[in-house]
Amino acid sequence: MNTIKCSTCGHQNKEGTTICEKCGKPLDNDQQGTLLNMRYDGSSIRSKTKNRSIVDKIWNFFSSVKVGVTLIAIALVASALGTIYPQEMYIPQNVDPALHYRDQYGLSGQIYYQLGFHNLYNSWWYMVLIALIGISIFIVSIDRGVPLYKALKNQAIKRHPNFLKRQKLFGEYTAYQTEDKTRFINNLKKHRYKITEKDGHILAEKGRFSRWGPYVNHLGLIIFLLGTLFRFIPFMYVDDFVWVREGETAVIPSTSQQYYIKNEEFIFETYGNDDEDAIFEEALQNTSGPVPKHFETNAIIYEDVSKDVIGSEPELKEVKSGEIIVNEPLKINGLALYQDSYQLNEFQTMSFKLHETDDEAEEAIVEFTVDLTDPESEYVFDNGYRIELNRFYPEYELNNGEPRSVSNYPRNPGFVFFVYGPDIEEREASFLAIGQNIPSGDNQYKLSLTDFGVRDVSGLKVRKDLTLPIIGLGAFIFMIGVVQGMYWQHRRIWIHQATDRMYIACHTNKNWYGLTKEFEKLIDGTSFTMVRDQEKKNDV
Amino acid sequence: MEKIELAKQKKQVKKRNRFIFRSAILVVLFGALVFAIVSNLTAEEEAAVDIKEQAPDFQLDRVANNEDEVESSLQLSDLEGKGVMLNFWATYCEPCEREMPYMEELYPKYKEQGVEIVAVSVDATELVIDKFVDHYNLSFPILHDKDSQVLDAYGIRPLPTTYFIDENGVVVDRVLGELSLERLEGYLQEIVPKGT
Repeated sequence: MNTIKCSTCGHQNKEGTTICEKCGKPLDNDQQGTLLNMRYDGSSIRSKTKNRSIVDKIWNFFSSVKVGVTLIAIALVASALGTIYPQEMYIPQNVDPALHYRDQYGLSGQIYYQLGFHNLYNSWWYMVLIALIGISIFIVSIDRGVPLYKALKNQAIKRHPNFLKRQKLFGEYTAYQTEDKTRFINNLKKHRYKITEKDGHILAEKGRFSRWGPYVNHLGLIIFLLGTLFRFIPFMYVDDFVWVREGETAVIPSTSQQYYIKNEEFIFETYGNDDEDAIFEEALQNTSGPVPKHFETNAIIYEDVSKDVIGSEPELKEVKSGEIIVNEPLKINGLALYQDSYQLNEFQTMSFKLHETDDEAEEAIVEFTVDLTDPESEYVFDNGYRIELNRFYPEYELNNGEPRSVSNYPRNPGFVFFVYGPDIEEREASFLAIGQNIPSGDNQYKLSLTDFGVRDVSGLKVRKDLTLPIIGLGAFIFMIGVVQGMYWQHRRIWIHQATDRMYIACHTNKNWYGLTKEFEKLIDGTSFTMVRDQEKKNDV
Repeated sequence: MEKIELAKQKKQVKKRNRFIFRSAILVVLFGALVFAIVSNLTAEEEAAVDIKEQAPDFQLDRVANNEDEVESSLQLSDLEGKGVMLNFWATYCEPCEREMPYMEELYPKYKEQGVEIVAVSVDATELVIDKFVDHYNLSFPILHDKDSQVLDAYGIRPLPTTYFIDENGVVVDRVLGELSLERLEGYLQEIVPKGT
């Protein structure tokens, strides 16, 4: 590494240093009196030195503030783009996204979809962008924070007069008394400046810690990003969902079939059924449908204590029971089950009777009930009649004229029954569904729906998030950094004692106005005049 | 002279340390980046059990065409030594319905070569499975995953999903979605046990 030798004190400074580390003399040999760039206190920024290996080149790329700001700008634009149209997760679930975006938003919607902006925040390139920002923040912090820390820790008390002369706020004093200087120093102490002295030269400093604000801030961001990264670890983060029907027991996902949940009862209440709701009467009259008031699942959580192979009958032991209300989950082993959705009145049973087609009284010959969760294929009766359930469609739909089921769930059941009887030659077939009763021909007998039973289905969110404390901590540290850097300033005042005169120079990392005001108070009671703002050219 | 040498050596050490420091940090940071991307991509995967993994063992009741069999349930590990095509399906799933005849067509030929076809239905009721199997006259074993335990263990999302498992119980291929007759035959050939 090349070094620069200071012409005054002979100290070997690292390449890239602009102010001598030892005596504070500006190393640029500038004679025009331009002000010094005080960034990083003139210390050498490592990345500004020569690129040597590929590692150095990558390092230097990321340590560039310009690169970091560009990355952040791109991320901002991309994030904004993602809000133009709804993301895929917010469009109706039963539509094809390719068609939905085109139909809803026209050509721009189609382009939006084809560019993949409908799933922007989970796209690989967006993640790469965020990760690159994280890398940039990390490297920038090391690359600038460390030299700055070293420079401020080892700063010289006695500075070269040229250093003082080239500060923004500078004053040169010839006629003054020793008391003036003492008084000035006392004022500095009163204003909580930390004074260090060497051979009559003085460095007064306060608020240095505010310089670490940006780095604390970056640390918070990095912890925050780490927290989001941990979401990919199943142990740290679970986001799943389970539907449970009343009276049924379902395996809780993401528990490796260890836990099961039984839905004892789903309770759904609406406004207006209670005396207390009388005050809402007027408001309720203005709404079209019932307004939900309360959702609740009474549930029991079981643990499978058998060590048997998956799929074999589980040996269930009750471990917990209680209510699941919207913001009051039932917790098990770090997992929380939240009330999320519901489906009311799914069919559970349907009862039918057989009667003669032309019997207006519809007197029942046989009656039977089909359990839709486990229908039998045949219903046999003592009086010689036999009814075969030949086809069962839980959620019936016509598909090219053919009936078929589109799901497992009896939301719209359809049945094909074959009726056999002593006075029926072969059999009589009929198709039944909600609002449909189609005989196969000129049937002598007819089946009619007499009754049905329903039950509710509760949708539960299965959540676990151990990353929240980490993300919270990151956000908290981030805020500390912001406050630290925003509400305090690093102010320094140097006094250089020459034989016949005294130089005073001031520096702050921000809020120059505040420093000037403070200086006015510092010279109170002394003969010192105000320091000159050398940036103001026309100042007299 | 000695002083210069010493300074040079010191510089070399410093340079090397810096190189190690920077490399280490870059490796960690880019490692985190790769982890994030890979995790994100696999999170979108639609089944938990992956190729080259051991297929989790399970046991389920046989339904439908079970009349002349003695055993009423089937355990995957009992089929060790045979190639296994494990098909997750349901009667209401149209693509499943389309590939069933292909499976039935190839079943006798590959059964002879030591490949078993096992179809796990996730239907809610046995009745619909019985009627379906009757209609298509299927002869390979049909299992009923009534409580979705195996579905959960395999993390299956789309139907059909088909696993091709070799004689050691290791997943050779995984197909999310429908299979054509030709592709099905190609996959079946891959899991014919080596000994035969």
